[in-house]
Amino acid sequence: MDPKAIHETLVAKFGEKIQGASLEAASPFSVVAAEAIAEVAAFCKADPDLAFDNLMCLAGVDYPKETPPRMEVVYQLLSYTHLHTFALKVQLPRENPAVPTVERTWGVANWHEREAWDLLGITFLGHSDPRRILLPDDWEGHPLRKDWQDPEYYNGMHVKPTQQMAERALAGETIGVGPFDFTPPNRHVKEE
Amino acid sequence: MDATYAYLVQLLPAAAGWPPWLVVALIAALPALACFTFMSLGPLVYVYAERKISAFMQDRLGPMRVGPYGLLQTAADTVKLLFKEAIFPKGVDRRLFVIAPVLVNVGAFMPFVVIPWGARLQPADLNVGVFYVVAIASLSTVGLIMAGWASNNKYSLFGAMRSAAQIVSYEIPAVMILLVPVMIVGSLSLHDITEAQAGGLQSWFLFRYFPLMPVAFVVFFVAGLAETNRAPFDIPEAESELVAGFHTEYSGFFFAMFFMAEYTEMFVLSAVASVLFLGGYLAPVPALQQIGPVTIGSLSIGPVATGWLWLWLKAWSLVFVMMWLRWTLPRSRVDQLMYIAWKVLLPIALVLVAVVGFFVLQPATAGGFPWDRWVGWPLAALLVAFLFFVMVRALQWNRRRAQELAAQVTP
Amino acid sequence: MPSETTAREAGRGEGGPVDPAWPGQPEAVGTSDWDQDGLDTDEMIVNMGPQHPATHGVLRVELRTDGEVVRAARPHIGYLHRCFEKHCENVDYPGVMPYTDRMDYVAAMGNTLGFALTVEKLSGIEVSPYVQTIRVVMAELQRIASHAVAVGTYTMDIGAFTPFLHLLRDREKILDLFEWTCGARLLYNYNWVGGVSHDLPDGFVRATRDLLREFDSVTFPELLDLIIHNRIFVRRLSHVGVCRPELAISYDLTGPNLRGSGPARDLRKDAPYSGYETYDFDVCVGKGQYGPLGSCFDRNWVRTVEMRESSKILHQALDRLEKMERTDVHEKVPKRVKPPKGEIYFRTEAPRGQLGYYLVSDGNVNPYRVKVKSPCFTAMSVFHHLAKGMMIADVIALIGSLDIVLGEIDR
Repeated sequence: MDPKAIHETLVAKFGEKIQGASLEAASPFSVVAAEAIAEVAAFCKADPDLAFDNLMCLAGVDYPKETPPRMEVVYQLLSYTHLHTFALKVQLPRENPAVPTVERTWGVANWHEREAWDLLGITFLGHSDPRRILLPDDWEGHPLRKDWQDPEYYNGMHVKPTQQMAERALAGETIGVGPFDFTPPNRHVKEE
Repeated sequence: MDATYAYLVQLLPAAAGWPPWLVVALIAALPALACFTFMSLGPLVYVYAERKISAFMQDRLGPMRVGPYGLLQTAADTVKLLFKEAIFPKGVDRRLFVIAPVLVNVGAFMPFVVIPWGARLQPADLNVGVFYVVAIASLSTVGLIMAGWASNNKYSLFGAMRSAAQIVSYEIPAVMILLVPVMIVGSLSLHDITEAQAGGLQSWFLFRYFPLMPVAFVVFFVAGLAETNRAPFDIPEAESELVAGFHTEYSGFFFAMFFMAEYTEMFVLSAVASVLFLGGYLAPVPALQQIGPVTIGSLSIGPVATGWLWLWLKAWSLVFVMMWLRWTLPRSRVDQLMYIAWKVLLPIALVLVAVVGFFVLQPATAGGFPWDRWVGWPLAALLVAFLFFVMVRALQWNRRRAQELAAQVTP
Repeated sequence: MPSETTAREAGRGEGGPVDPAWPGQPEAVGTSDWDQDGLDTDEMIVNMGPQHPATHGVLRVELRTDGEVVRAARPHIGYLHRCFEKHCENVDYPGVMPYTDRMDYVAAMGNTLGFALTVEKLSGIEVSPYVQTIRVVMAELQRIASHAVAVGTYTMDIGAFTPFLHLLRDREKILDLFEWTCGARLLYNYNWVGGVSHDLPDGFVRATRDLLREFDSVTFPELLDLIIHNRIFVRRLSHVGVCRPELAISYDLTGPNLRGSGPARDLRKDAPYSGYETYDFDVCVGKGQYGPLGSCFDRNWVRTVEMRESSKILHQALDRLEKMERTDVHEKVPKRVKPPKGEIYFRTEAPRGQLGYYLVSDGNVNPYRVKVKSPCFTAMSVFHHLAKGMMIADVIALIGSLDIVLGEIDR
């Protein structure tokens, strides 16, 4: 099915909950209302014409400068039976972004959603295991947000290089070791 | 013992007047000490051999830098291990931690006391030789379990448990098979078992009751492999699963002791297998048993007994086969290992004991089947021819490859 | 906030009592996430920690075991997280390219190819057939090298040490070719947006053909004979880690992991890029020869035979290269990479599966958001499901059969 037909199937089934689309884009997508994403996902997988049995990628994106400032969660879907792809998008407010989980439809969403929570702070309602996945368990904050500031200390360690090191580097001192000559012998050229 | 006493008196006539307890102590201790010294130099050679053999099988060179062709590598490693700090992790049971490697070594070195290197070259000719070997070798299992428990480390405990299960399971088919040569000879003494194979290659036990004894030999060898934790049965020290199994926490000299024990056990197994099946110190041709006397001009050397050389060669070829197997085969999982022990080897062993025992009782086949005499030399010749053929093919292939590569370099 | 329930509170840890010799020590470091009050008396929590010889990188797997049988498994990742996605927002597109190399550092050509194609598709750049063929040659050589490492290390985990060295010897030749072309052995920064960094040197085609001749005639048959059909190897793997196709698709297993379970899905056929539709090759699928379909053996089998298919593609590509007109490889490389505003998700068939890049561009020289869907990340997500009920040795077999590289999982 082509993207237009997929979008129309979704609109026919869910009407108001499909809030927009961009079908000429390089990866066509439909915008879905946040509360309805779980049902839309289940439908995408169960419907025999759509048959999206695989979730390729679940990405969270932070748009603080757009009007209105929002966070998006993008679901890239693939059907192994029909070999067509499509994307669903969900738009969330930047304060307390929350969206229902789709992990019961596609098992891989469990880890993708944990990562979105870890790096961006998007809460997935109903998730069975809401823990951090990539960052240490005691990390505070969500670094992939556009307004992230590095903390100064983590567990008593400096996160940024000290002012002293920066001053020495600016004064022309080498902080490390070197210089080295790494010219390797070229084994493939015969010496004439 | 008498021979040693006679020798001692010959050396030191004063010894005849010494108190009996001193004489007995000396007679007991000196040969054992000599044997132990000689055998403990063994691991130096085995480790180097293993590294070179494994390297050649893996298409690389192995140690080449320390000494010519890397011959001093093991010496360097020993010195390094001696100087390493012996780390005692927090929470280990210190007494057990220290005693464990000692026990393992005891179980590895003690069997040498009864292994005959010549007609009278045996530290102690116990009349329960075979029984003694089995009993004392089991001490190393206790040492293994102690090492695993004392290390305060779950992985070590796993390794020790697996090892205990494995060794105990494989001990049973091994001991059953040990009974077979004992039945044929009627004695547990290793000296008597060797003498019963006198007469040349065709009377070695390997070729008796053909084809039953070769099967027995194979079963014994496989069970022995599992006893010494060698691949494909090296689950207890499975490097890629449990880091180093029961000896994960050992460093420095303690680790060296475990290492030594493993290689010595390999040699003990090979030596016992050679004695039981391959004729021990007997030469394949009786004429070769004594070389000499050789007269060069006015100098007369000999006669020299070559028994120790033959036993050494036989044990060494079995050690080579063990190393060969280690670097070729992957390892079995624990339950598959148990399956092999209980459901494959043990039934075969039981059947063999029963069948050979039956034939031993019949006067007609008391020493073997009638065709045994004709089997030995043809089989040995076939094996040597096969190995020679493989070697020739390998050399040819090597030469051809070298030519191809040389042809490719010129553009 | 869910994440605030830190590890310290989640469970009493295995850190033990506070050590007075370690001032400032945090309480209960490195704890278990499981509530230890609910532990059965028979069960043990074993930690296959971040440092382990067989976890292919810094992966921590917590196993709840009853003896040797695993009741539950929890993988912990993130030890190699290097903030790739955050870095991408601060450098320009050519600056992102070396970062992509370092994700899956065992198969670096595939990563740069994926990113270059993603940006090219968004920007509408089309490269010449010559550059496309070069890209195919490099990607397939990298696939052989990557599968060599995967299969080699896998056999080493199972216990056979020798095939690892044989395969690495052949991988060294491939890495020599890469070094000759672009100067790097492991992390190349070779595929650029709009072209490649260095043209092929003279003699490259001949050198590659020599390599392939040796690989086809010697390495590959030897690999099949020595290890893949080896009885012990088969018995270890053929009934372990069976993944049904529906489970595989639901947890987004791709590449050899998916093909091992049956579905013949390969992006080079389903959604071809860089001219793959013009090559003649087969999609390798697991056959369930020795056990249920989808076992560890099948996944490993797919990787092994894929090496041969890559060799086929390479022969065709090399034939074309000889006849093709050579164009400038930097011809279409823009001076400033500035894709139009928009977003795209583009996927390629990396050796480990489907590598997807979700790129959001706002028209500037720096990307706005780059999200990488790494095949190993999704493969790892099914691990806890498959690990239930198997033994600890099989956990190692399972991790190896999924062929994970932690650099790609953690980014």
